[in-house]
Amino acid sequence: MDTPSFLIQQLINALFLGSIFALIALGYTMVYGIIELINFAHGELFTAGAFIGLIVLAALQKVGFVESHFWITLILVFGMAMTYVAVLGVAIEHVAYKPLRKASRLAAILSALGMSIFLSNGMMLSQGVSDRAYPPIMGMEGFSILDARITYGQVFIIVLSLLLMVALQLFVNWTKLGKAMRATAQNKTMARMLGIDIDRTIRVTFMIGPALGAAAGVMVGLYYGSVRFDMGFIYMIKAFAAAILGGIGSIPGAVLGGMIIGGVEVLWSAFLPSEWKDVTTFIVLILVLYLRPSGILGEHVSETRV
Amino acid sequence: MANSDVKKFIVYSLFMGILIIPMVGLPSSGFEITRALLVWGVFVAILAFWLLSKTIRRINIIKRAAQNIAPFQGRVSGNLAKVPTKIYLAVLLTSLALYPQVANNYMVDVGITCLIYVVLGLGLDIVVGLAGLLDLGYIAFYAVGAYSYSLLNLHFGLSFWSCLPIGIVFGAVCGCIIGYPTLRMRGDYLAIVTMGFGEIIRLVLNNWDKLTKGPNGLLGMAKPAINYPTFTDGGLNWVTYSLQSLHSLYYLMLTIAVLTVIGVGRLNNSRIGRAWVAIREDEVAAELSGVPTTWLKLLAYAMGAGFASVAGAFFAAKLSYTNPNFFIFMESCIVLCIVVLGGVGSIPGVVLAGIVLIAVPEVSRELQNYRMLVFGLAMAVMMVLRPEGLIPASRRKRELHEADA
Repeated sequence: MDTPSFLIQQLINALFLGSIFALIALGYTMVYGIIELINFAHGELFTAGAFIGLIVLAALQKVGFVESHFWITLILVFGMAMTYVAVLGVAIEHVAYKPLRKASRLAAILSALGMSIFLSNGMMLSQGVSDRAYPPIMGMEGFSILDARITYGQVFIIVLSLLLMVALQLFVNWTKLGKAMRATAQNKTMARMLGIDIDRTIRVTFMIGPALGAAAGVMVGLYYGSVRFDMGFIYMIKAFAAAILGGIGSIPGAVLGGMIIGGVEVLWSAFLPSEWKDVTTFIVLILVLYLRPSGILGEHVSETRV
Repeated sequence: MANSDVKKFIVYSLFMGILIIPMVGLPSSGFEITRALLVWGVFVAILAFWLLSKTIRRINIIKRAAQNIAPFQGRVSGNLAKVPTKIYLAVLLTSLALYPQVANNYMVDVGITCLIYVVLGLGLDIVVGLAGLLDLGYIAFYAVGAYSYSLLNLHFGLSFWSCLPIGIVFGAVCGCIIGYPTLRMRGDYLAIVTMGFGEIIRLVLNNWDKLTKGPNGLLGMAKPAINYPTFTDGGLNWVTYSLQSLHSLYYLMLTIAVLTVIGVGRLNNSRIGRAWVAIREDEVAAELSGVPTTWLKLLAYAMGAGFASVAGAFFAAKLSYTNPNFFIFMESCIVLCIVVLGGVGSIPGVVLAGIVLIAVPEVSRELQNYRMLVFGLAMAVMMVLRPEGLIPASRRKRELHEADA
């Protein structure tokens, strides 16, 4: 194993993992920005996305659709997973968050946590406790740079996640709904006075955030080849660390934080004992909270909020 | 039934169908449409029941019935309130003390588990209920207690009793280590950080092979023992009686639980307890009134950790075995469910919830599987409908229903 190819390989891994964390962290940061509540069920929504992707993919493979229409399959898998999870996100918001919008913070967090436990156990009961294998549709074809092997699957996933992030940024900055979201995040009362439908804006946020998480879930399934009912937990904590690191409430911050956490984790497992890699993320999280709770790109408002 | 309710019913049922049928009916290996329809049916039935009850309430049947019941109810609860609390306590304690005499070994074992969870619940209640800090990594302190007893006993041969204070100190120190950087955070940050901390402890126990033997766990700790004096053969002798039987372990745990109830009850009514409640209600106001908030929050953390540590040491001693997988995140969730469903900040509520939530699922394997599903849903529903819990603490109830009054 010579060094440059090894480094390139690790770089690709870091980019991949970073994009996954970034996509999940975006869901946190958006929801947090708008209702100032951590969506505890987000990790489970991510897992649900992976499962729906798996179900759709397995069904399409059974009828032999994958070989004939590869790209349509991918669109269907991602589209269905994201749609399903968007609906699930809205349903959760309606059941567990909306009635508690004026209640104490503890009540809202506990309700979110209850939802998260409910979903993760529901998935365990319905989809089984063991690892489920994803059909390896991405194949092993690829190209080499300096002897580093990069598959088209990896490239596709990284490019798709970057596209999703750019699309989100454009949506938030340039559309009317995006503007409404930013206004609601800044000041709910004022936004309502100016005729913005707050409920609708929050609903849209709860569709987009989880949908991005679902996309990340499908990507994890395609890349690692298996999903499990409780995989959302560890991704959730890491993505949360990413969101905090970048500055919660900030969309570019979430992306940056995700990339940093992904990079740290990959570097750690490349050069240091990998069974400790989860510990490093937590230590990064605690250090960030200790040294700079508003995050790298965070607004300084959060210092008064924290 | 109002028109809008019918519309709501149809829309919600369809939504539920969309959500439930693919997830439950297609476990990628097969096609279980009957199961999916069954689950959907259950949820639609719950929904129908809920909307029906809403409609009935609207047409005042319940209200009229309630008016008829009210005087009667008032009489009953008035009479019940006249019975002094001491009598309830005496009945409860006697039945708990007599329990092993009538139950078989398995049920005694379940009883011990219940009592362990009661202690854990009460310890967490200090943190969540009194000080209002959400701790999702609480089980880590339980692990600290279990491992400190195991390691001290295996390597240095220290007895259970001398390990208890050491374990409490370890737990409290851990509580302070995690508490110090995070207590400046707001509630939801704290929740995630403590969750991460719980995982760190588990990972360390899992990965530090040399010390903890990793996932294999530690084996062969001594059971707690009691020394008592005898005067039989020529003078004073100390006899060591090892608490091997389940019955004696049950009584030991019952003692620990009773002491915990007394301790937490005293804390609740003490100056410190009132300061915690003040912090929970309004931290800024408390700080301005001269309450040293940071220290008291740390104290709440340390005390909660101390109680968990005692429970952990007992747990390790009882099984003579520990391994890191006893301390997964779900365990923290179970303890939190006990606190939340029983009533945040309410001691009788937590005791009752600890016993019910742990004992009922033991009845059958089926119930065990669905346990966390029901707990999770109950937690969310409880927060929406009755945030004060089943047996609310009086202070808490008033606070949460301020708007209604």
